Parts: sequence; C-alpha cells; structure tokens
Amino acid sequence: MSTVTTLTRPDRVQRKAERESARIFRQKASPVSTGILIIGAIYCLFPVFWVLMASSKDSSELFSTFTLMPSTHLWDNIVELSQYRGGLFWRWVLNTAIYAGVGALASTWISAISGYVLAKFEFPGKKVVFSILLMGVLVPGVILAIPQYFLLAEVGLTNTMWSVLLPQIISPYGIYLARIYAAASVPTEVIEASRTEGAGELYIFNRIALPMMGPGLVTIFLFQFVAVWNNFMLPYIMLGDDKLFPVTVGLSGLLNQGASAPSMYTLVITGALLSIIPLIILFLVLQRYWKVDLAAGAVKA
Amino acid sequence: MTVTEAPAAARTTAAPVRRGRGTFRTRVLVPYAMLAPGILLFVAFMAAPIFYTLYLSFQKTKVSGLGLGSGARTAVFAGIDNYVATLTNTEFGASVGRVLLYGFILIPLMLGLALLFALLLDSKRTRAAGFSRTAIFLPYAVPAVISSLLWGFLYLPAVSPFYFVFDKLGWDVPSLLSSGGVTFAIANIALWGGVGFNMIVMYTSLKSVPSDIYEAAKLDGASEVQIALRIKIPIIAPAIVMTALFSMVATLQVFAEPTTLRPLTNSLSTSWSPLMLVYRDAFTRDDIYSAAATSIVIALVTFAFSFLFLRVVQKRAFGQED
Repeated sequence: MSTVTTLTRPDRVQRKAERESARIFRQKASPVSTGILIIGAIYCLFPVFWVLMASSKDSSELFSTFTLMPSTHLWDNIVELSQYRGGLFWRWVLNTAIYAGVGALASTWISAISGYVLAKFEFPGKKVVFSILLMGVLVPGVILAIPQYFLLAEVGLTNTMWSVLLPQIISPYGIYLARIYAAASVPTEVIEASRTEGAGELYIFNRIALPMMGPGLVTIFLFQFVAVWNNFMLPYIMLGDDKLFPVTVGLSGLLNQGASAPSMYTLVITGALLSIIPLIILFLVLQRYWKVDLAAGAVKA
Repeated sequence: MTVTEAPAAARTTAAPVRRGRGTFRTRVLVPYAMLAPGILLFVAFMAAPIFYTLYLSFQKTKVSGLGLGSGARTAVFAGIDNYVATLTNTEFGASVGRVLLYGFILIPLMLGLALLFALLLDSKRTRAAGFSRTAIFLPYAVPAVISSLLWGFLYLPAVSPFYFVFDKLGWDVPSLLSSGGVTFAIANIALWGGVGFNMIVMYTSLKSVPSDIYEAAKLDGASEVQIALRIKIPIIAPAIVMTALFSMVATLQVFAEPTTLRPLTNSLSTSWSPLMLVYRDAFTRDDIYSAAATSIVIALVTFAFSFLFLRVVQKRAFGQED
C-alpha cells in the first residue's frame, strides 16, 4: 500500500516481481463468472424487490398499474393491516417470535446438555442412548405431526401454544451437532478440575462448558429457529384459534379469503413484507455463523 | 418425597466419594438426570407418535348396525388392509408420481446451480462475491409459505411483471398455474428457497480445502475450469452427496408450497403431494387409519434415503472424534 511517487530501481524490480506473482495467484476479474453470480443474485432478490413495490399500492392499483411501479400507500397498508381485526397480524408476529425464539432457545439448551453428557461422560447405556437419539435424525418431522396431534388431543393440549412449542424442542440433529462441539471444545481436564473444586455438575455445564461451546450453539439455535419458523404443517394441524397462529399460517389463511375478497391481497402482500424484514436483518447480522459443513457436522465460526 | 432435604446431607457425605472411581450416583444417576429432559421429549414427541402411528395403521373402523350413536363405531385389528389400500390407491400413486417429477426437475437444477455458484464464489477471478453470496443465501430466511405467496403473485398474469412484458411483446405464454405448469411453478419456489443454502454448504466445504493444492495445479498449467472439474468437485463430493440426500428427503415431504398456492389456482388437488393426501385423509375424511398407513409408507421410503445419508455422515465424522 505504499504511495511512493518516485520509484528507485530496486523498488521497480520488486514491484514487477510482485505483479508477476499476482498474475499467477490473483488473476484479473472474469466478467463471465461475476456476471453469472450477479444474475443469480438478481433472481434471488427479485421477489423481495417486487413485494416492496407491491406493498406500496392500494388494492385497485395492484391490478391496474405496472407491478414494479412504486406507489404511495405503503403506510396506509401497514395501518390497515394493523387494524385488521384489532391488530391480529401483530399477534401473529408475537406468536412467531415465541414459537421460533423460545422454542429454539429451549431446543439449543437441551441439545447442548444432551450433547455434552454424551460426549463427556462415561456411563452404562451411553451407546444405546446415542444410537436411539441419532435414529431420530432420520425421522422426518412432518410425518410425526399427525400422530402428535392425536396424542396431544388425548391430553387436551391441542389448540394451545404448547402444542406448537413442545414437539419442536427435541432436535436429534441438534444433539448430534452439540456432541461434536462438546467433544471438540470442552477439555476434560477443565471438568475434572471443577469437580475437584466441588462444583456441581449443572453448575459446571451452565457456567463452564456452555460458554466454551458458544459459537456452535449459535448455529444450532439458528438451525432450529429456521426449522420452527419454516414448519407450516405442525401449527396448521394443531391450531384452530387464529389468535394463536404464527405469521405463516395466518397469512396463508388471509390468502384463502383473498380468493373471494381481492382487497385481502394487499393485506397479504404487506404482511409478507413486514414478516420477512426482521428475518432478513437477523440473517445479515448473524451471517458469519452460517458456515456449515454438514458432512463433518463441524462449524468454523 | 424427602428429596428436598437430601442435597445438603448428600453433599457432605458424597463429596469425598466422588473423587474416587465413582459411585452409582455419579456414574449413572448424574448423566441420566442431565439427559432426562432430552430423553423425555424424545419419547413423548418422537417415539410415542411413531409407535402410535404404527398401531393405528393396523386398525380399522368397524361399524355395527347403522353406525349411529356412540359405541356403534369401534376400532378393530385390520392386518395389512390399510397398507394394501394405500399401495393400490391410484391417488397415492399419482401423488408420488407428481412428487417424483417435481424432484427430477428440482434437485439436479438446484444442486447444479448451487455447485456452479459455489465454484464461482471460490474462484479468485470473481468480483462482488460477498454481495452475490449474501443475496443468493437470503431466500433461505424466507419461510416456504411466504415465498409461495410472493411467487404465487408473480405467477398471476394480472399482477406479474413477466406477463406484462410477454403481453407487450405479443407473446401468448400459458400460465404457470395451469395444470401443465404447476409442477414447474412449485419447483421454482423450492429452487429459490434452497439454492443458497446448498451453495453455502458446498462453499464451506470448498473453503476447508488448503489452497496450496490449487496453487500447485495452477503452476503446472491447469486452467481454472480443469481445477474445478478435476480437483474441487471430487474433493467436495461428500458435501454434494449430503445435499442431494437432504433434498430428496425434503422433496418427498413437500406440503407448504402446494397448500399455500391452492387458493391461486385450480390445478392443485387436495391430494397433489403424498403429505397433502395424508392430511386430507386424517382431517377432512376422518380416516386416520389410512392416513397412518400412508405416513408409514412415506416414512419408510424416506428412511431408505436417510439410511444412506447416515452412512456418509458416520464415515466422515465419527472417525475423527475422540
């Protein structure tokens, strides 16, 4: 980065050598490969751009003006959506935050403690427990939704928040990942030393092991957060009361009504915009944790 | 329940013992107590539902008399009747066929593009790579219902900018929401949502390879494309296999996209995908026994794929652990 104005001869020689090695190791820009990626980026951003434009129109403009032409009704639409049935939409947002946020936090803690025990303790039956839990990775969650409904109906828990929260706390894949992180990041000597000092096992886990597993746990949290937020079938089956809906089920219901009342479409579009904004922000902020090597189960954060 | 007084007493007496080889308490009770929340949730929300579904799948409703009044309908053992019914059900066959076609369109396209993008990101000749990587990964943050909503509107000729352009050019493009196009329409939604995640998986895998391998090949005169084909792709093959298996499992379970799109089109039946059929049997037709048998069949097919996946994982990961 030197900004030397007059180059002496040795400098110039060195510059030339540097340029030579740069030519080999860092070649000039390729418009084709950059272009292909930019096209991919446009494809991925286009629907987001469209929803931003579409949510600025009132319901007559939506069908009469060119779709990518922005209008001035974004705020009106937000107000209208907020007033829809006494702020039901914001209730859905809050529900989603509870299902995905609280659910993923609980899931992360349980995955962490289970993975930690399976990695760091020797006890009879360990192999069996781990193998059975691991088999859970193979079971597709959606297939469980219907029997879970009938079992929860037996105990009267369907159509409550618990019916959406509880089934999604157990994550065999999370346990599997946590076991790898615990094995890699928590030294056995540290645990032994804390025991000698007389610390309780839960204290050792919560105060010593958990922070050591930190970055890996953020990844488990994100995985689980997206899994809950993405799971449409479970709340769709479990919930009848629309005050308990997450945003996804709520908007899908609004779209259904739109078939007979097209003015609903504006609400659906505005709702879609408002619900993806916080997620996009969350994603951009935590992007560095998304370095996932699925095959090795390892995460380089 | 004298548990409340136990800890204080136990701590003083147990402390010296714990430092030794370990008592029953430290060797067995402590680990199992810490595993208890996980095990309980696993039993309640994974094991029990599976066994319950298995049980239901071998039952059927027996109607006595006219089927009126309580007690007129009872569940009886059905043997494999429900499985025979599922496997000979033409609706089920048709839904599996549709989903297979959907998978054949989606998976090669999605993984091919993800691989191409990952290799381009890894290439030193690409500019604006950070922007493109973030943009392509972004749809992963959008849940299937919302992405189906967005694309659903983009497919509607009345709102779609694409149809606006086609119209201006005088082209008569058939709607993607027609019966012939709807499989492509759903595949595109899944492609949009999935390509970035798979790209990141492959890109992470590429990054973990020491770059001196490439530099050596480059000095030997290998071109960028040759390096990609001969070195990079073989090295990240396990990651590609994994993404393929994950995608196959997800394909068999497609539910949210077609369910969300249904209000916008007439060409999606309530039995479009196997899981939609299960949902309809269980909740619209009140036939939980057939629904259970169909779920088991779907689960077994998924198992067959996942088993392969687990073997790949075990080979790669468990060998390295302590």
